[in-house]
Amino acid sequence: MLFGLLKKIEKANIEKLASGKKIPEFKAGDTLKVHTKVKEEKTERIQIFEGVCIARKNNGINSSFTVRKVSASVGIEKVFPLYSPVVDKIELVKTGKVRRAKLYYLRNLQSKKARIVEDLNATKKAKELASEAAKTEKVNVAENTIETAASAE
Amino acid sequence: MRTGVIAQKLGMTRLFDEVGAHVPVTVLKLDNCRVLAVKTDEKDGYNAVQLGYGERKDKHTNKPQLIAHQKAGTKPAEKVKEFRVSGDSILNVGDVLSVAHFEKGAFVDVQGTSIGKGFAGPMRRWNFRGLEASHGVLKAHRSHGSTGQRQDPGKTFKGKKMAGHWGNETVTVQNLKVIEIDTENNLLFVKGAVPGAKKSFVFIKDSEKKTAKK
Repeated sequence: MLFGLLKKIEKANIEKLASGKKIPEFKAGDTLKVHTKVKEEKTERIQIFEGVCIARKNNGINSSFTVRKVSASVGIEKVFPLYSPVVDKIELVKTGKVRRAKLYYLRNLQSKKARIVEDLNATKKAKELASEAAKTEKVNVAENTIETAASAE
Repeated sequence: MRTGVIAQKLGMTRLFDEVGAHVPVTVLKLDNCRVLAVKTDEKDGYNAVQLGYGERKDKHTNKPQLIAHQKAGTKPAEKVKEFRVSGDSILNVGDVLSVAHFEKGAFVDVQGTSIGKGFAGPMRRWNFRGLEASHGVLKAHRSHGSTGQRQDPGKTFKGKKMAGHWGNETVTVQNLKVIEIDTENNLLFVKGAVPGAKKSFVFIKDSEKKTAKK
């Protein structure tokens, strides 16, 4: 009973953190654009980190994913907590065709060999899904505005 | 000096603060933490309150304990503990303490029994490096080596780090910050680790050294 409570709290916390932002379905091998909030003294801006997701770790609220890119011939990896409020948005750019869950072998490969074949069908499907979701959201927003306008009258 | 409370350790999780930084927290649960008896200066020579935590069945309680609980008008508690208090913060029998006893942002000391690790050698218990793998070392690769000097001082000093029983001892962690309070579920979120296994009992007191900034 005691441990059920802790799990419940964690679940509620995840729901609270995940509400208001959409986390797309993605896996290792996908190319992502991760929008993170960066705070500078008084202003806040969004920084985008684009690269290949090489690992996903699923562990409730501790879930994280690793994104790797090569910048000026230096490999850079960033580990993002999936539910962190600092991660503003995750954008799926491409879906990759890979045969591993963790792509740590990319660290030992360079340039052409480090490429990942794109799964064109999957990318297309994901983009359609995303656009549909955006449409429905727009409709919802429109309806809401109409309703508020009506109630205002 | 206010009384402490008895709590049970649920485990650890993480929270995110306003800035988005991650805060590791231990979740502690209070369950009907009530006053069973009060000791006063005039009668007993010191001021203290006896607290009971949770519930246990009558048939699992011995008779003196059962009668003591019946006098206090409650069901037998799972765990009983006495806390010394100052004269002005004595409570009444039957008072129930909740997490509201503590404030968000306050500092607390948490006492618990550390996880028992059994009989451990010096390498595991004290991070000794052991002896060499070769160069004539015989059957003593994980031993501690010398334990002293020569005829002067002629003895092994007390407290010398050696193999022995490790863990399962009372440990207090001081100055842990209360990050959040959940009055609905009677939960306390304390920053950092707390001694003991999950489900084990811990005692939470106001911090002796540190007070929250006002």
